[in-house]
Amino acid sequence: MDLFNNLAIGFGVAFTPINLLYAFVGCLLGTLIGVLPGIGPLATIAMLLPATYALPPVSALIMLAGIYYGAQYGGSTTAILVNLPGEASSVVTVIDGYQMARQGRAGPALAAAGLGSFFAGCVGTLVLAGFAVPLTEVAFKFGPAEYFSLMILGLIGAIVLASGSILKAVGMVLLGLLMGLVGTDVNSGVARFSFDIPELTDGIGFIVIGMGVFGYGEIISNLGKHESERKVFAAEVKGLMPTREDFRNMIPAILRGTLLGSSLGILPGGGATMAAFAAYTIEKKAKMRPGEVPFGKGNIRGVAGPESANNAASQTSFIPLLTLGIPPNAVMALMVGAMTIHNIQPGPQVMTSNPELFWGLIASMWIGNAMLIVLNLPLIGIWIKLLTVPYRWLFPAIVLFCAIGVYSTNNNTFDIWMVAIFGVIGYSFIKLGIEPAPLLLGFVLGPMMEENLRRALLLSRGDWSVFVTRGLSASLLAVAALLLVIVLLPAVKRKREEAFVEE
Amino acid sequence: MRIKSQKDFFSGLLFMVVGIAFAWGATNYKIGDAARMGPGYFPLMLGVLLAVLGVVVTFNALVVETEDGDPVGSIAWKPLFFIILANLTFGVLLGGLPSINLPYMGLTAAIIALTFIAALAGEEFRFKEVVVLAVILSVTCYLTFIVALKLQFPAWPAFIAG
Repeated sequence: MDLFNNLAIGFGVAFTPINLLYAFVGCLLGTLIGVLPGIGPLATIAMLLPATYALPPVSALIMLAGIYYGAQYGGSTTAILVNLPGEASSVVTVIDGYQMARQGRAGPALAAAGLGSFFAGCVGTLVLAGFAVPLTEVAFKFGPAEYFSLMILGLIGAIVLASGSILKAVGMVLLGLLMGLVGTDVNSGVARFSFDIPELTDGIGFIVIGMGVFGYGEIISNLGKHESERKVFAAEVKGLMPTREDFRNMIPAILRGTLLGSSLGILPGGGATMAAFAAYTIEKKAKMRPGEVPFGKGNIRGVAGPESANNAASQTSFIPLLTLGIPPNAVMALMVGAMTIHNIQPGPQVMTSNPELFWGLIASMWIGNAMLIVLNLPLIGIWIKLLTVPYRWLFPAIVLFCAIGVYSTNNNTFDIWMVAIFGVIGYSFIKLGIEPAPLLLGFVLGPMMEENLRRALLLSRGDWSVFVTRGLSASLLAVAALLLVIVLLPAVKRKREEAFVEE
Repeated sequence: MRIKSQKDFFSGLLFMVVGIAFAWGATNYKIGDAARMGPGYFPLMLGVLLAVLGVVVTFNALVVETEDGDPVGSIAWKPLFFIILANLTFGVLLGGLPSINLPYMGLTAAIIALTFIAALAGEEFRFKEVVVLAVILSVTCYLTFIVALKLQFPAWPAFIAG
């Protein structure tokens, strides 16, 4: 089997001491920021991007990936123990997880989240390995028209899944696309929207936007709210082992969550948060066994399902990135940045030109998941201690790491002035109730979209119908249109608004 | 006419202004046609789309009823001011300002200044804690960025390092 050969190459790469070390560092950092509310994988990866310059590309990507899926584990700990989502994707875990903790069943809740995540992570990795080869073959049939349509689909996906108003999400995508165009136009060499500032001819730094909008914007907004009392259930975690009855309840939930998460992760625009929401909805609909605790009162399925789903999705969302070179969500957009820093053009050619990187990254995810279960279950005590660290010690450190990270990308203070501007912009987005994630996706896709649009229309001699006369392109656009129609249906629209109200 | 959703009203205005600005800026470049797009074609298209969208959002904000008027709410001026100031001070101390001949003060000074200014943004400011935090952060950053990762940062002020 080819798959096994490939995985063998991968494990060969992933098991070298240096890569094991970076996988561990990534998982550890991921858990750390997952546990801490107010700082997410997006800001962390943006902060660490510059520091990965010095590393070999495989190690850098292994570490950054570890942060992303590690955060899904860590987020559940905070959700269960403190009634706060450590990560956006564990918002629904709060509902039943915290109730279990109040009943003295924090241990089984943590175990359900950990075991579910582990299982889902392993399956997600296998799906990634299995889907990668066939999808890459499809990718080689893609022409500029197909790429353009696929990006439209991805952006529509991001719009549909953004929380809040759909129109405002469309606006953010457009804004992102426009900001992506700042800098030198590759076709004509004209410096666009650069106001004769030499630094701007290279475009706005991707890290600058990430840190300004997601780092500073979030911190300012957090500080604007009053510090709420955080109660930790540290004393009540005793005995992690779920009962036999718990196992009987959670196993089907884990299976359903994994299946749902793996499929939602592949879709452009999909990601961990949506997968968790969808899984919780399905668990609520699934038939109750006799004697089960109702949902909202500490049902273990309400923890196991969403936690499995978000972890599965965080693995499979690497599929569109690695096979098509299209980032399906904002974190993956950062991974594109990480790959370009190391001169790797994301896309179908990665698998053939850098097989060690490709399979090494996949193999490392399995190893990372194994490390995470150890980090998160037996060592849970450490993370509980961490939850008692007050925010007033954390935020100056976060501000500092943002500033250093931004400066070190180009060793240029210009980026520091830019990040200040984007910090203010990011805070205004939060105040105006606009979700900023679609902006980052648009920003990364902007230049790619323009390039493919130009090429497609050059080949068709200016005939716009090329996007609907080519079968593959037409079907991608049809799916995008369908997605848009579905969310705009009044019934679905109401449901969607309800789902996000719980945030 | 009453604004029914403040947040949407201002978001719409923002989209309109930015869209028009980009579209107008794009007309300074060659537009070309669909088959041969100039550098201005795609930004002009997006800018117009964004501006139109802004009009729709603003219009909705004036027409669609909301429960509480969707207010923007109070602006956290204090954190906004101190966080941005901390960031700017960090930049000035780390890199200096060549335009006014201000020499750089190096990473250590920049970190200490940033920690103190940023800490002022919080609800309470405990001097002793901030001192400890500043020391821990300076030492950690010196060890990680300069000793371990060997990034090209000036650690000490220009007049000491020479």
